Amino acid sequence: MGNRVLIAEDLYLLRDGLVHLLQAHGFSVVAAVESGPELLEGLVELRPDVSVVDVRLPPTFTDEGLQAALEARRRVPGLPILVLSQHVEQLYARELLADGSGAIGYLLKDRVLNAGQFVDAVRRVAEGGTAMDPEVIAKLLASNVRNEPLAALTPRERQVLEAMAEGRSNAAISQRLYLSESAVAKHTASIFAKLDLAPSEDDNRRVLAVLAYLNRR
Amino acid sequence: MVYLGTVPVSSMFAHTGGMLRRLTGTARVAALLGMILVQAGVFLLSVAAVTLTFTLGLVFLLPPQIRMVRALAEETRRRIGAWTGVRIASPYLAEPPPPRPEVDGLYRYERTLYKSPRVPTWNARWKWMTTDPATWRDLLWLGLDPLVKLALLPLLLALPTRGLGVYGQWCALLLSPTRASVLRGQLSHLHQSRSIAADSQAAEMRRIERDLHDGTQARLIAIGMTLGAAEELMDADPAAAKTLMSKARDASAETLTELRRLIRGIHPPVLAERGLADAVRALAMDTALRVEVEVDLPHRPEPPVEAAVYFAVSELLANAARHGDARSASVDISSDGPSLRVTVTDDGLGGADPAKGSGLRGIERRLAAFDGVMAVNSPPGGPTSVMMVLPRVLPDHWAGVLPKLPRWKAVVVALCWSLAWCPLFPQGLVAAALKIFDVREKSWFLALHVAEPFQWPVVYVMVTLGLAMYATAIAIPAKHNRDRLMAQAPHRLGLC
Repeated sequence: MGNRVLIAEDLYLLRDGLVHLLQAHGFSVVAAVESGPELLEGLVELRPDVSVVDVRLPPTFTDEGLQAALEARRRVPGLPILVLSQHVEQLYARELLADGSGAIGYLLKDRVLNAGQFVDAVRRVAEGGTAMDPEVIAKLLASNVRNEPLAALTPRERQVLEAMAEGRSNAAISQRLYLSESAVAKHTASIFAKLDLAPSEDDNRRVLAVLAYLNRR
Repeated sequence: MVYLGTVPVSSMFAHTGGMLRRLTGTARVAALLGMILVQAGVFLLSVAAVTLTFTLGLVFLLPPQIRMVRALAEETRRRIGAWTGVRIASPYLAEPPPPRPEVDGLYRYERTLYKSPRVPTWNARWKWMTTDPATWRDLLWLGLDPLVKLALLPLLLALPTRGLGVYGQWCALLLSPTRASVLRGQLSHLHQSRSIAADSQAAEMRRIERDLHDGTQARLIAIGMTLGAAEELMDADPAAAKTLMSKARDASAETLTELRRLIRGIHPPVLAERGLADAVRALAMDTALRVEVEVDLPHRPEPPVEAAVYFAVSELLANAARHGDARSASVDISSDGPSLRVTVTDDGLGGADPAKGSGLRGIERRLAAFDGVMAVNSPPGGPTSVMMVLPRVLPDHWAGVLPKLPRWKAVVVALCWSLAWCPLFPQGLVAAALKIFDVREKSWFLALHVAEPFQWPVVYVMVTLGLAMYATAIAIPAKHNRDRLMAQAPHRLGLC
């Protein structure tokens, strides 16, 4: 594959672990930085194919990494970035999704534990897709609990919706839910009809539409 | 909860007070003189009570006597305030809080333990009354007051208004709190709010300790044991070892989830990363309610204040969703001078009562550490509105209360502004113009009166002096403001 990747993480052990993990899966690490200013510089100048960025970085240990990611995407629209954090917030998810250009990921750091799924998410972001943490999606759905069209979904459709909002393609959803791809396509069409969204063949655009719908409040 | 040192004024005094207020000066003087009889009676009773207490040990006589004198003194304070405008504050120390049982259920007073709270309560109240200097000052006043009234009699009769004024001054002398007792009052209030804050902090620490001990620690031990077992099985049964290792990984993920929940309860990460405004917005997004958030603060308050407000808002929104069946809510956080004002309203069922809900009590406790108060307006059927005020928790310079220029600097600035025109225009520029156009008129322009070779230098010096004075007048306040800005720079950068 040979994707060029940038890693921003201040804890040495975790940074090193990420470098090894991604190298083992065929990525070439162009930079591994540990502070906000270095990160912004690296993102804008190296324009890596994908970056894995921790939210909390020196010097302020607040949301340095998130701010750098947002700023870099303002300067280089659509720059693929996967944001990692010890906690997920709808607020941050909204800010990351706000430009509507995709190629964005927002995952809990715990997801690194499952190497296969994590690398899968990095690839998806590199290819312009979306990777949202299941916990973000759960929070989004919980805050939409009074939304009537959502309440009208069948349990199966809800599962498909959750998987879709996480950024998975039809093929991935069919694998996860043990459904045929045509069944997934049928559920998707039904969901879009119930939520009154314009149907779309493009996986990425579909995900963004669903997320925008859930974020509508 | 603040215990104020007020004693209920007997209804008889209050009632007659209400009627007396309407009387004119002379009638007031008459009432004052009439009171001498009451005072004499109370004084005689007091002397008897004190004597019997300290000779025969009839200690139960003293508290009612002190109550009686205090009621009389309070009535006088109120009446003086209404008649003469001399406001006399109540000087009494805060009443001691009721004793709390120790862990073994006994009540402690000094070095003795009691089964029932009655004796410790009585002892604490006795000590509270007898050690208060105001008690003895009241008694002194009671003894001397009739004599003073008689001494002032001619003045009171001739000029009632003036006489009442002088009488008010006399009462203020003995009945108002001494500086020491004001400080003691403040001290005991601080002492109470400190112990409330320390108590709630200790409870919080205990909760965290329990969670870490029963949750995280236990899970880590389990993970370690699973990994140890996997290590032993590695050679003999690789497949079983692999299963164990994936189990350990799942357990570590669960531990992380649990730690995350714990951290959120200690100090929410968004609060640390973004401050109060965004933390409350994040909170609003996570509830099922439609919440409008309005935050109008120039900078971030101190972290403990932010945390207290955050948890209060969090609790109120949770209450609205859980008990009030609300659909929408609004949160408004703003500064009112140096005070922080927070209003949370929802369209739920109402009927919230701090006396019943432990959540509201928890908020009160948290706010108490900052002398904060909470007002709940929640009629049955809704809507519910809760207003919280944290007084004086914001730095003064936010409220535009800026450190003023020192007096000498202010004088220099004023002098420069008012005098700089003189060297610059007439003595400088006008003199130069006259010289250039060769006008003979010398008038009062210094430059034209000196010898020819010095005329231009004098003009130059005058113009420079004038400009320098204007520059000084502008520079001094500007530098002062810059110093002030530097002082608040950490807030502006959001580092504090």
